[in-house]
Amino acid sequence: MAIGMARAVWNYRGFVLGSVQREFQTRYRNSLLGAVWTILNPLSMIIVYTVIFSQLMKARLPGVDSSLAYGIYLCTGILAWGFFAEVINRSQSVFLEHANLIKRLSFPRICLPLIVVLNAGVNFAIIFSLFLGFLLVTQNFPGWAVLGVIPVLLIQIAFSIGLGISLGVLNVFFRDVGQLMAIVLQFWFWFTPIVYPLSILPKSIQSLIVLNPMAPLMTAYQGIFVYGRWPDWISLWPTALLATALCLLGMHLFRKRSGEMVDEL
Amino acid sequence: MGSIKVTQLGKAYKQYPTRWARLAEWLWPFAGPRHRLHWVLRDINFEVEPGEAVGLVGANGAGKSTLLKLITGTTKASEGTVEFQGRVAALLELGMGFHPEFSGRQNVIMASQLLGLNVAEIQALMPEIEAFAEIGDAIDQPLRTYSSGMQMRLAFSVATARRPDILIVDEALSVGDAYFQHKSFERIRQFRREGTTLLIVSHDRYAIQSICDRALLLHDGALALQGKPDTVLDYYHALMADREGKTIRQEMLSSGHVQTVSGTAEAVIAAVHLLDNEGRELDVVEVGSPVVLEVQVQVQQPIEQLVLGFLIKDRFGQAMYGLNTQRTAQALESLQAGETLTFRFAFPVLLGQAHYSISLSLTSQDSHLDKNYEWRDYGLVFHVVNTTRENFVGCSWLDAQISIERPQISINSSAASQ
Repeated sequence: MAIGMARAVWNYRGFVLGSVQREFQTRYRNSLLGAVWTILNPLSMIIVYTVIFSQLMKARLPGVDSSLAYGIYLCTGILAWGFFAEVINRSQSVFLEHANLIKRLSFPRICLPLIVVLNAGVNFAIIFSLFLGFLLVTQNFPGWAVLGVIPVLLIQIAFSIGLGISLGVLNVFFRDVGQLMAIVLQFWFWFTPIVYPLSILPKSIQSLIVLNPMAPLMTAYQGIFVYGRWPDWISLWPTALLATALCLLGMHLFRKRSGEMVDEL
Repeated sequence: MGSIKVTQLGKAYKQYPTRWARLAEWLWPFAGPRHRLHWVLRDINFEVEPGEAVGLVGANGAGKSTLLKLITGTTKASEGTVEFQGRVAALLELGMGFHPEFSGRQNVIMASQLLGLNVAEIQALMPEIEAFAEIGDAIDQPLRTYSSGMQMRLAFSVATARRPDILIVDEALSVGDAYFQHKSFERIRQFRREGTTLLIVSHDRYAIQSICDRALLLHDGALALQGKPDTVLDYYHALMADREGKTIRQEMLSSGHVQTVSGTAEAVIAAVHLLDNEGRELDVVEVGSPVVLEVQVQVQQPIEQLVLGFLIKDRFGQAMYGLNTQRTAQALESLQAGETLTFRFAFPVLLGQAHYSISLSLTSQDSHLDKNYEWRDYGLVFHVVNTTRENFVGCSWLDAQISIERPQISINSSAASQ
């Protein structure tokens, strides 16, 4: 079944890649500057967070001297969270958005969440390379430790795909899921050490936040970019296991319910 | 070569009493189902042989579209199986995956990718698609600038760019203007000649009868009848007139045709004859000769108004000529039980050489859909032969008079050679 699904996706790779490309093109179609906007937007975000927070508000990370440290800390977290939130938000509504297509055409539906993830991945790749460029220019590049991003990112992607597909299938049957997730994501963002460092929280809350599967990922990213140190691999295990479980759940839900899903749309 | 085999196919939708019931069923699956099954199709069995063309008819809501969706795999069957061999193309919804902001060319690529083609294959097919859609230079303009006819033409061209082993068509024949409709229908016929297996849903009697070898009738989610297209269509026709489920009889005539009779029988057709001027019964008629169609009607219950109509059809079921007494303001009123009426329609047979059938209807109004006392297909079959007139082709004899003008041109052979 899983092999059959993979083969179906492979046969439709043209459709998947074409859709990713077109979604990207659609956004800047009919604009004069076109693809330049894909760079200007994230670049302005990086500048706002680094310059405004570090230079104007003089926000400092406890225990770090560099004036840019907090800006980098903030950017790291927001970029990674942005990727996560985009995958979740888009994939939970992907089946509803493409209801017309799903009801009328026979094609491997698993392509749809895949397109979402690839799209978010492209967006993330652009903004992330800009961020790396910014670090190089300001001489804050973390060195070889940057390679540690790859496994952390893989865990994050698996986690968000698994969660996203599960929510996407559930959302078709229970539209409350979409509404609820909008709220949950807000709280989740603030319960994850993105804007603040974990250390400023009281000890009792710190131990609670460790239960948040996104927290170890964020800590790992921030460790790499702010302190230039490799991730603490052991801390990533629970999230990796959860990601695997969610992927299995997502596939199970999708396989069991995709037929019924068409009737419900 | 493509074949389709449908076995015990059924489709049911789950109906939950409340939204919460579904959640409860998901969370406690062992507590038993909390939904009711609403069957829209059940016990469907049929096979389509390679190269065969099968028409699917039925009223709206009979389950035709659902059946096609089950066969194409868009919707998942609740029970039973669909097996097919060969590549399937479906003309169910044209223009899926089109995006208004992109050019026609880009949309062709997108739509083809959605059909599972890769870019190299699409590029190879592109000239053919462009040529068939006939939209010229507009192919590089955004799709939003297209007329709906242009969009449909492009969509049809994409969907039929490659000849499939099995083609499933859902009334998509009416694409664009008359010219393109003809062209698209011709392409379907072409596929058929080249061996494509065809499954067509249509309300167009002519489309079904002229292209299909066999027809299936779906009624209330079940396969009511399958057989020769004209037999099935006549039955369907009678079924439409008899929504209250009155009697429909079909019997084999000695000529091999299947006569379909339906109606509520307040008045019935007792006898039908085709007579010549001297009152002799005919079944072979010479082109252009005058005939009288004599119909005897027995009134069995009091009727307010009675209209008798007749319709001459060719072997494809296409109407040649039809008329009823309402249209000539000769409807009869206040009829008593026991009356016997004789109607005579006199006309010259201005038809081409072929055999024709006459359908008769006894109704209260112009249309048999209001009150249908009796509808009789193949009430009579007659042959038209041509032994005395010029040897013309076609289904109507228009008796063209030909005059030719040919100015004398004198060619001087010696002048031509110089």
